[in-house]
Amino acid sequence: MFVTGVGMAKIDRHYDKGFQELVHMAVKNLVNDVKLFSPEAIVVGNMMSSSLFQQDSLAALVADAIGLRGRGGFKVEAACGSGGHAIAAGYALVASGLYNQVLVIGVEKMSDYPTTTTTAALAQAADFEHEAIYGTSFVALNALVMRLYMHRYEAKREDLAIWPVRMHEHGSQNPYAQLRNKITVEDVLKSAVIADPIRLMDSSPIGDGAAAVLLASEDVAGKISDTPIQIVGVGMGSDGLDLASREDLLNPMSVRIAAEKAYKMAGVGPRDIDVAEIHDAFTITALLSIEGLGFAELGESWKLIKDGRFAAGDKPSINLSGGLKARGHPVGATGVYQVAEIAMQLRGDFPGVKVGKADYGLAMNTGGVATLTTVTILKR
Amino acid sequence: MRMSPARIWRERGARYRLEGSKCRKCGRVFYPPKPACPYCGSLEVEKVELPKRGKVISYTIEYTVPEGYRHLAPLIIALIELENGVKVLAPLTDVKPDEVYIGMPVEATLRRIWEESDEGLIVYGIKFTPAIP
Repeated sequence: MFVTGVGMAKIDRHYDKGFQELVHMAVKNLVNDVKLFSPEAIVVGNMMSSSLFQQDSLAALVADAIGLRGRGGFKVEAACGSGGHAIAAGYALVASGLYNQVLVIGVEKMSDYPTTTTTAALAQAADFEHEAIYGTSFVALNALVMRLYMHRYEAKREDLAIWPVRMHEHGSQNPYAQLRNKITVEDVLKSAVIADPIRLMDSSPIGDGAAAVLLASEDVAGKISDTPIQIVGVGMGSDGLDLASREDLLNPMSVRIAAEKAYKMAGVGPRDIDVAEIHDAFTITALLSIEGLGFAELGESWKLIKDGRFAAGDKPSINLSGGLKARGHPVGATGVYQVAEIAMQLRGDFPGVKVGKADYGLAMNTGGVATLTTVTILKR
Repeated sequence: MRMSPARIWRERGARYRLEGSKCRKCGRVFYPPKPACPYCGSLEVEKVELPKRGKVISYTIEYTVPEGYRHLAPLIIALIELENGVKVLAPLTDVKPDEVYIGMPVEATLRRIWEESDEGLIVYGIKFTPAIP
């Protein structure tokens, strides 16, 4: 199984573009990246087309945007993890032998509505009957976890401001990133409180985006690309939809299970990964993702980040794109951006901060508060 | 947000009486109630009423709140550990944001949690207030 081509749209508040125009932008870049473009099926990762735009049947809408009427397909929904799950579904369609070439697209439109409307739609990633019904936003759920983390591990608020600063540093060099300004720890600590202790600059921005990845079987990969990148591991995992009944909010079961499966399938471990794109919708999400993937022991990631670990030049280098924080987080598209970025890193043509020579890359995407997670491992 | 009388009625046990589930196989109790045990996987569970007192184990003060809840901002959402160890996520009420702390004793009270409009459906449910230790 190979990634044979990638295409991304710059993440932004694209008021002049709908789903079709965004997808068109990404796929045009993908077409320029391959020698041959004839996908047999389309998988679309998206979270909120239904709740915000009253639009289902997204695969058909997308097919017409890119001149592929007639191709079969479907939308994959796993909240903010929809993109990663779309990759898993596309992988399965090719691995099963059903198709040789499948186009996986992630697309999300978030900026057309007032923040409170988008916030309400995002809250649907939580348990509606027992969390969102109280007006609990998605940020609030993550804030509960962050306070617990700071309390249990005695981490100070300023310690947890280093991550977003680094993400903006990386994002400033990524032409596809939504936020390309540099920030300081003081900027983070002075930014508006959304749900205490989460501040605006702990949070990924609201933006629109689309990314596309062409998956192909070994039989045809060489015809499509001169530099195909192999997918060697795919894993999925889940945790309780509600937070109250989880065993331990600081030990993300879905990440551990998805990672275990992907590592085992790839025959590698956390120490073998050179470069990773992980889910950091909020600062706390980055810490739990790093720990869940086995890059740090539980409760240790914030100390390692403080020591400069996981930055460019380290192994693994994490979120050289700027992560969800600075690259942007068009929720259902994010997981596809990550796989595209890792493939480019392994090919050596990522247009931002480069990892250098790398053999193994990992993409980790999750929906909800680490509720539905995918881990994809790629090999040069 | 769309709400129906059937949906409100169906949830009454958990929302009005703080009913959770108890697993008939492993004996664990949990909230919200579910038709299967999330810990051992048993399909046999029964409804149990939970203790109404507990303590805050984490909380947030929510300033940017979804539509329909703006009049309640800032909203205090807490994760509460009840006296039997079961955890519940619920709003705190009758307390100021700067008075909340981890370990604060709280008790359940029935309050209005959402209304459709002045003449529309109203959803009632459990909130927690500060309790005398």
